[in-house]
Amino acid sequence: MTVLVQIRGVTKVYQRGRERVEVLHGIDLDIPSGDFVALMGPSGSGKTTLLNLIGGLDTPTGGSIMVQDRRIDQLSGGELAAWRAAHVGFVFQFYNLLPALSAQRNVELPLLLTDLPAAERRRRARIALTLVGLEDRARHRPRELSGGQEQRVAIARAIVSDPTLLVCDEPTGDLDRATADEVLRLLQMLNREHGKTVVMVTHDPKAAEYARRRVHLDKGVMTGEPVAS
Amino acid sequence: MRYLPLLWAGLFRKKTRTILTLLSIVVAFALFGLLQAVEVAFESGADAADAKRLLTTARYSIIEPLPMAYHRRIEQVPGVVGVAYADWFGAKYQNESNAFPVFAVDPTRYLDMYPEFTIAREQRDAFAKTRTGAVVGKRLADRFGWHVGQKLPISSEIHPKTDGSLNWEFDLVGIIDADDPAVRGNTDMVLINVAYFDEARQNGKGKTGWYIVRIADSTQARSISSSIDTLFMNSPDETKTQPEKEFAIGFAKQIGDIGALVTRILIAVFFTILILTGNTMAQSIRERIPELAILKTLGFSDGKVTALVLAEAILLLILGGSLGMGAAVAAMPALNGSTGGRFPPLFVGPETWLLAAAIAAVVALIIGLPPALRANRLKIVDALSGH
Repeated sequence: MTVLVQIRGVTKVYQRGRERVEVLHGIDLDIPSGDFVALMGPSGSGKTTLLNLIGGLDTPTGGSIMVQDRRIDQLSGGELAAWRAAHVGFVFQFYNLLPALSAQRNVELPLLLTDLPAAERRRRARIALTLVGLEDRARHRPRELSGGQEQRVAIARAIVSDPTLLVCDEPTGDLDRATADEVLRLLQMLNREHGKTVVMVTHDPKAAEYARRRVHLDKGVMTGEPVAS
Repeated sequence: MRYLPLLWAGLFRKKTRTILTLLSIVVAFALFGLLQAVEVAFESGADAADAKRLLTTARYSIIEPLPMAYHRRIEQVPGVVGVAYADWFGAKYQNESNAFPVFAVDPTRYLDMYPEFTIAREQRDAFAKTRTGAVVGKRLADRFGWHVGQKLPISSEIHPKTDGSLNWEFDLVGIIDADDPAVRGNTDMVLINVAYFDEARQNGKGKTGWYIVRIADSTQARSISSSIDTLFMNSPDETKTQPEKEFAIGFAKQIGDIGALVTRILIAVFFTILILTGNTMAQSIRERIPELAILKTLGFSDGKVTALVLAEAILLLILGGSLGMGAAVAAMPALNGSTGGRFPPLFVGPETWLLAAAIAAVVALIIGLPPALRANRLKIVDALSGH
């Protein structure tokens, strides 16, 4: 399998007032295309920071991140935004849907940045909602949906522009076990049947079982090599 | 257009708050539209003034008459291309409250001097030929139900006839109007033929109230004014000549500086709106920081998010401004009707719309820019983690 994400010697330092906090210390990691990786570790281990760097939400202090042969750590803010729009889908713990928009409109959001006409945007959003089993909830606002349904809308939004990489930050952290399993199965389906590369942060071992590999972080360093689930 | 649903949803995320804010903007712009209409009406005399027209009055008081014979001498002044004259009649119709301006004029000279007044050719000819003829402004005719062909009984407060009576009677031979609504207010008058008036009045024969002088070159207004006044210097009837606009502004200011008053009221209104709307806008954006961070996460650039926030402020002002100005326009017929034609016609002209658009744009920028810049600087990671 070709390597989709190549991380070399990545460090991340935050300046909190006068304090300098080094969150990641020289991370090396390869994520092959079509992989489903669970980033695990205790709170403060740096797993969300690493995920943000992979997703281009933040830039590393040192080292390099190559995604599909492109050094994303060297992109400007505008270039990084365009890169995210084209290549990455995001799923968050608290869904982060826009409450004033219907499920359909939320899913359409990433497509606003494309040249697609309105009818095509609507069609693609409907397909994405159908894929996550929510075609009948298209007109509903987020507050009219359950937590599991909200997360599925968020997943539809993440896949609507057909990104290469899905970046998920504790996607089941706010859900009960049964609903969490539904969401995880959905991510697994997207990985296995649609070839999406998934990188998921979780501290839930049950959730990590859905991934192909597990990567453990502690205090900003990887503890051992990735382990197959 | 593709972002309109997003803007609309953001704007009406909290409906009650947005509607109340919108209402305050609507009221501000309605007030703006109405007050501007009043200001325009008051200044219509000055606005309608022609830069090539001068007014010659008695030097020390505009109520002092001047010899009618002056017009021949004024016509000789280099640069002067036409002279008309008018005298104040001091009229009332039926009762004290029906007062309106009546001017005794040479019909041809006067109507030539004011080409902005419209009158049918045959009515104009009839006015020139009929010694007892009179023409009236259309609004005045509508107000009193006058029509061409009827007798017009008018009392004068200052000019008795040779028989001592203050009651005059004229033949209504024409209606004057104006295409420009700003000029139409200046047609709220009655013009009578000075030939009959001067012959039939008891006092002041051979005198007139003021001269209207047309000049060839408006840049020569000062020097020609000076030449005219020099002509009559040290005579029993010295003159004061000035551009028509200057005279009209000075006359309007005798009532009060309406323009300054209106400006001060509107500054207060829009300053309040600025603070109110600015605060609401800032609060709305503050509440939506995580949502803006999500937009950036999805690939919306800093510039795009900034533009969206700014566009929201512009949309709010466009909505409020249009509704407010629309309300002002809608109120005009009722307001004009309620004045019974005693006040110059109120209207919202294109200049007022342009000014409203400029004010809306400036207010939108002032209230939208600070939250837009905040959105621009927003760091996704900090915003999503609640920092």
